[in-house]
Amino acid sequence: MRTRDLAYVAVFAAIMVVLGLFPPIAVGPIPITAQSMGVMLAGSIIGARRGALAMLVVALMAAIGLPVLSGGRGGIGVVLGPTGGYIAGWIVGAFVVGLITERVWTRYNIGWAILANVVGGILVVYAFGIAWYAILSGQSVVLAAAQNAVFLPGDAIKVLIASAVAVAVRRAYPVIEAAPQRA
Amino acid sequence: MLLAAGIGLFMIGDAGVLAALLGVVVLGFAAARVPWRLAVRQVGIALPFLLLIVLVQGLVEGWGSALVVGLRILTLLALAGLVTLTTRAEALIDVVERALTPLKPLGVRPERIGMVVLMTIRFVPVLREHADAVRDAQRARGVERSFVFLTPLLVKTLRTADGLAQALDARGVDPGRAARQR
Repeated sequence: MRTRDLAYVAVFAAIMVVLGLFPPIAVGPIPITAQSMGVMLAGSIIGARRGALAMLVVALMAAIGLPVLSGGRGGIGVVLGPTGGYIAGWIVGAFVVGLITERVWTRYNIGWAILANVVGGILVVYAFGIAWYAILSGQSVVLAAAQNAVFLPGDAIKVLIASAVAVAVRRAYPVIEAAPQRA
Repeated sequence: MLLAAGIGLFMIGDAGVLAALLGVVVLGFAAARVPWRLAVRQVGIALPFLLLIVLVQGLVEGWGSALVVGLRILTLLALAGLVTLTTRAEALIDVVERALTPLKPLGVRPERIGMVVLMTIRFVPVLREHADAVRDAQRARGVERSFVFLTPLLVKTLRTADGLAQALDARGVDPGRAARQR
């Protein structure tokens, strides 16, 4: 990775921190946050590896106790706690969003953007979040998934915003290089 | 230290003990001569969120447990605020780098990650400045509150990142080596 890549990673990690400043809406034990939009934006704009790295940096900062998670939370207790799966999901989620985005980069449009963000930003993040939460809270996966359903409307809106922004940014300032040749 | 404190706090279930710990942290603020208003602001940002959690917890699981949860989060927030205010960013980065050193054989380069964390911390206020600038520019053109807001903000910030990277490269700062010279 070159210096520029590291700077991009820092930008999106910082965006996650800023999105965390928006007060989360607490519905049950898992807060609804603006941060899931950061996951989508990172994957869509700087791609798989850098996007995942940005999420990793955020997770790391949270783990050493910096208040980078929504509502000023932080600390290893949160990262490894019952909702920690969502944080692990961010890393993989951003990677998946980026992976899809890179594959379709030359014909990227709002439709592809939405597809990538739904798969990576919702499905992957939920899968990690639900599985982890079910294991740590001892609830059945079905119950955990049902609790998770409250996120859907909000996340659908976030997907639309993130996708529109990703398409616009690609036009104005493309960062991802055209689909990887090794593919 | 904050890691350990975080885990420890989640194990304490007694409201009295938590209140006492909160007192200790408050004394810590006093000892570090943190300006009163700054200290309050550290915790104040999260206050609506905290109240909401306590309210939900109180309604769902009873007020006793709500008090414990509230005190626990408040103490952790105050402690995190205290550490962040009294510790220079470099010291925090050093902790990160030291914690990651065992991963070196796996190809992880702790200095680079420390550098990225430092850049991230620096970019937070930059994003704020850019957000203000974009909002001013839009208002000047008669655009109020627009969803298009995020796009110019991101483009502007990515440009800044490019500039920063070029400046670092031009000065021969290899993120992999820079950290060690400190």
